Amino acid sequence: MTHPAILETINALGETTLIADPAQIVDLCRFLKDKENYIRLSSITAVDWHPAQSRFEVVYHLHSLEPFRRLRVKTRINGDKPEIESVTSVWRSANWYEREVWDMFGIHVNNHPDLDRILMPTDWEGHPLRKDYPVHGYKYSYSNE
Amino acid sequence: MNKRPIPYADPISTIEAVEETPASPSAPKRMTLNMGPQHPSTHGVLRIVLQLEGETIISAKPDIGFLHTGIEKQMETLTYAKAVTLTDRVDYLANLSNNLCYCLAVEKLLQLEIPARAQWLRVMMTEFTRLNSHLVWLGTHALDIGAMSMFFYCFREREDILRILEMFSGQRMMTSYIRVGGVALEAPRGWQQVVGKFIRSFPSKVDQYEDLLNANPIWTRRTKGVGFISLEDMLDLGITGPMLRAAGLNWDARKNEPYSSYDKFNFEVPVETSNDVWGRYRVRMREMRESAKIITQALEGMPEGDFQADAPHVVLPQREKMKTQMEALIYHFKIVTEGYRVPAGEVFQCIEAPRGEIGYYIVSDGTSKPYRCHMRTPSFANLQGLPTLLEQTLIADSIAALGSMDFVLGDTDR
Repeated sequence: MTHPAILETINALGETTLIADPAQIVDLCRFLKDKENYIRLSSITAVDWHPAQSRFEVVYHLHSLEPFRRLRVKTRINGDKPEIESVTSVWRSANWYEREVWDMFGIHVNNHPDLDRILMPTDWEGHPLRKDYPVHGYKYSYSNE
Repeated sequence: MNKRPIPYADPISTIEAVEETPASPSAPKRMTLNMGPQHPSTHGVLRIVLQLEGETIISAKPDIGFLHTGIEKQMETLTYAKAVTLTDRVDYLANLSNNLCYCLAVEKLLQLEIPARAQWLRVMMTEFTRLNSHLVWLGTHALDIGAMSMFFYCFREREDILRILEMFSGQRMMTSYIRVGGVALEAPRGWQQVVGKFIRSFPSKVDQYEDLLNANPIWTRRTKGVGFISLEDMLDLGITGPMLRAAGLNWDARKNEPYSSYDKFNFEVPVETSNDVWGRYRVRMREMRESAKIITQALEGMPEGDFQADAPHVVLPQREKMKTQMEALIYHFKIVTEGYRVPAGEVFQCIEAPRGEIGYYIVSDGTSKPYRCHMRTPSFANLQGLPTLLEQTLIADSIAALGSMDFVLGDTDR
């Protein structure tokens, strides 16, 4: 499989991972769905590698039923002003996963139809799954006393 | 257009039924109706904002997150061995499926070989979980639609299953029976009699449910042709599990990507083509019979041998060994205090849970705590299809359609 957005292909533990260029992620996903038959998006999530410079990894798990195989696509994005293009135009199921990524990691998803917090209340401060967010939250933290 | 704004934005606000002024005198009146989060048919704390035109649903917007407990964040603070207990609490009806998926993922990272007996015990227990989950689904779904006595029949059998789980693990619901490296305890003395007695009588119980429902005119009228959603929509929206199989797609992770020695069992994947609430009911009823078949095979062919892997740095030693062997005591101390280190890497492990595809994405940075553990839960993905499922249906049918999805809100919000 060749596409200009694929920077690297890794095979480990029986799973294939593509490292992709975040600027071309929609184009790559469209290609994978149309040409490689990855018709299902299993999940989207992110990993915070704080304090690395390219801090966040956005991870897409794709699934093809015919032939039966799975694929992981990863992109690394900068931590200063994290943002990524939405793939809801490729798979509608991306909608809630991207809202979760925004809610939990504060990665802004551009061109998303309804970007809003999904699990936390709308007036919540901070993004809980970031590594610099304390486990007990800010409100009930005793670390400053 | 003198519509009043629809107060969607603030999910904490309580929305009363709002009648909107129609755009033109001939246009039908629209109403925004708030359903939940305490509505009994939403099975937990799901809130749906419905837009109605008479009795027809124009749009539905689910609002989730009321049960969010930050399990993914908490898992990052626990060692791999301790984090098993949190996976139980994700989905209170499929605890062992979550245990199994997490353990398979960690074992893949550790590259651990699991003995046959442990694998068969795992299969048997996850199939009991499937029975448990489907029984609760059937009881509550029938209760929603109006067949009250089903609830009592289903919970009668569920009680037996919970007793068996208690016999094996000491706990009825939050069992944490499946651990990294095998299962927590050896099967108790006399388990064959108890499981055998239950599983011999279970098919006749399913017959009983079907006698009560299959020819029941109210049941058939409320389920047949209700809750249609096309297969293409479902695949696009990420819906998995019995809903897909009721639409004619033969996909079951137990067959397509066998894990934990499911390939050694002889069973069928039930597929229906009607793609409605009735079809989903048929699929789950047939799945219960198949699960009973798997448990019977596990009961008859349970291999002898160890119930835990031979990996002293991962598996807690037996209490007896700790009293006589120095090494066992040291390993116990190491595992309980520091935990075992898992080689750096990442895995995405999927299994077939009662509600659909569970996927655990675990990232390890080489320490004894998971760096990141993402759970791809079936209820979260399935609920995303709710607006498409409910559009242009009657509000009375929405209860049947909701029930046929079989979601658990703890599983959705994690």
